[in-house]
Amino acid sequence: MTNPGFETLCIHAGAAPDQSTGARATPIYQTTSYVFDDAEHAATLFNLQAFGNIYSRLGNPTCNVLEEKIAALEGGTAALSVASGHAAQLLIFHTLMQPGDEFVAATQLYGGSINQFSHGFKKFGWNVRWADSTDAESVKAQITDKTKLVWIESLANPGGVVSDIAGIAEVCRDAGVVLAVDNTMASPYLCRPIEHGANIVMHSATKFLGGHGNSIAGLLVDGGNFDWFAHADKYPTLTTPSDSYHGLTFAETFGNFGFAIAARALGLRDLGPALSPFNAFLVLTGMETLPLRMARHCENAQKVAEWLDAHPKVDWVNYAGLPGNDSHGRAQKYCPRGAGAVFTFGVKGGYEAGKKLIDSVEMFSHVANIGDTRSLIIHPASTTHRQLEASALEKAGVKPETVRLSIGIETIDDILSDLDQALAQV
Amino acid sequence: MDHDRYEDAYIKAILNDTKTVAMVGASPNVMRPSFFVLKYLLEKGYTVYPVNPGHAGKEICGQTVYATLSDVPRPVDMVDVFRASEHVLPIVEEAIAIGAKCVWMQLGVRNDEAAKAAEDAGLKVVMNRCPKIEFGRLSREIGWIGVNSRRISSKRKPAVGS
Repeated sequence: MTNPGFETLCIHAGAAPDQSTGARATPIYQTTSYVFDDAEHAATLFNLQAFGNIYSRLGNPTCNVLEEKIAALEGGTAALSVASGHAAQLLIFHTLMQPGDEFVAATQLYGGSINQFSHGFKKFGWNVRWADSTDAESVKAQITDKTKLVWIESLANPGGVVSDIAGIAEVCRDAGVVLAVDNTMASPYLCRPIEHGANIVMHSATKFLGGHGNSIAGLLVDGGNFDWFAHADKYPTLTTPSDSYHGLTFAETFGNFGFAIAARALGLRDLGPALSPFNAFLVLTGMETLPLRMARHCENAQKVAEWLDAHPKVDWVNYAGLPGNDSHGRAQKYCPRGAGAVFTFGVKGGYEAGKKLIDSVEMFSHVANIGDTRSLIIHPASTTHRQLEASALEKAGVKPETVRLSIGIETIDDILSDLDQALAQV
Repeated sequence: MDHDRYEDAYIKAILNDTKTVAMVGASPNVMRPSFFVLKYLLEKGYTVYPVNPGHAGKEICGQTVYATLSDVPRPVDMVDVFRASEHVLPIVEEAIAIGAKCVWMQLGVRNDEAAKAAEDAGLKVVMNRCPKIEFGRLSREIGWIGVNSRRISSKRKPAVGS
């Protein structure tokens, strides 16, 4: 079959029947290790000279199906699954950065990423400079000769900002710097960043990919479109012989999937955040229905945003699907099938009104997650973005009265009715 | 023949029809890409003859190294080329002379003049590809390291290697 469609790939990519048993669904390979045929076979596998399984911290057949599926959906050459989105970010940076290196990150990011970049990564000597991901010139101004990576979210959490992916990709190409895009909020159903020039895509698969709020998982995808040897000095992990693999050079031996293999063979091996095969199975099951769910998520979110926008007790609604929103034009370019299911709004009455609303909902769940079948609600200033200072909150699009919604796939009338009765109590 | 994009069926036929491979530019260094490919093809049941004048008479993975293609004592189905693109033409001329059925140029190796000469002589040509990667893709093994095989299938048996 040539050029299978997105829906077909969601179901079939990476998931041919099990060769040993014929099992049609992807089996859960709940095992730590795999027997070697003989000593020579073991040596061949440890040297990366053959494809095969060694130990589930390095790879697992259930996790491998998830990896091939996301690589196919994003249009990448290869992928790696890990224990969480944050672990995926750690491995991307570990593969590309050296102590003393710099990276440019969008101010419009998930609060957890802002913390990881500001504080966690600083301890590795990876230094962040901030820029506005809606303005390629702002990114360009922060790139120095130490910059190895630019990091943006395609659709930013929680502000609903859509980044100028193609504009920033051009800046990165000119500077010879990798562009990595967190595509968690959009999912490849809404946006495929590699098609707009991104080199690496990252997912918290915990969100829309898994989609049912039951498993933490992270993914990284190698776009296979960065010429590592053209910038050999910047990325020594990929372009120089590896001491821990007897002098193997990843970008030479593995070509356009060398980044993903290095992230596995060095990052995952040495840092250890392996994904449980059971979690991989649950995420895989979710991904089969990704197109159906995303279409309904977006349809419901659009209706809720429009309804809130017209509600007398609502001060403002920040959803890129609404005409007049700052990101509306970019949403039509990068996410033409919908502006996602996560957005923010402000209730008249500020902080206390927002709190009262959250305490008054009956069906919406008050949780620190997004991308669930269930509709979710939270007050970012006191939870997900609590550790941020006021100026960083503002840059991340979070005001004291901001309420974040992740619209689920329940009956739209019930979603609106729950918000209506809660707003009536404010 | 479109050498920018090969149909899976074309690659599959070559990998299934080939029994013997002469590898020009084979290296005894166990961390060189050519060694990876040689070892892998041997494990998949191919007979592989390393060709490298600098190591003639020695062995790689237990296989005797020959100085030239003409020195290989048995018929060769595929000539696998690990040499820079500008050095490919004389190798292809020798491949034609020894009656090889296919010339396969590795990742990063492409010489359209040599390809035309081979095709005019009735040989199949693959350029800028790796037989290990293509075998891994069609056998689905490459998915075991998270690589996108770009294939979907509802069959238990893979297209090659079963």
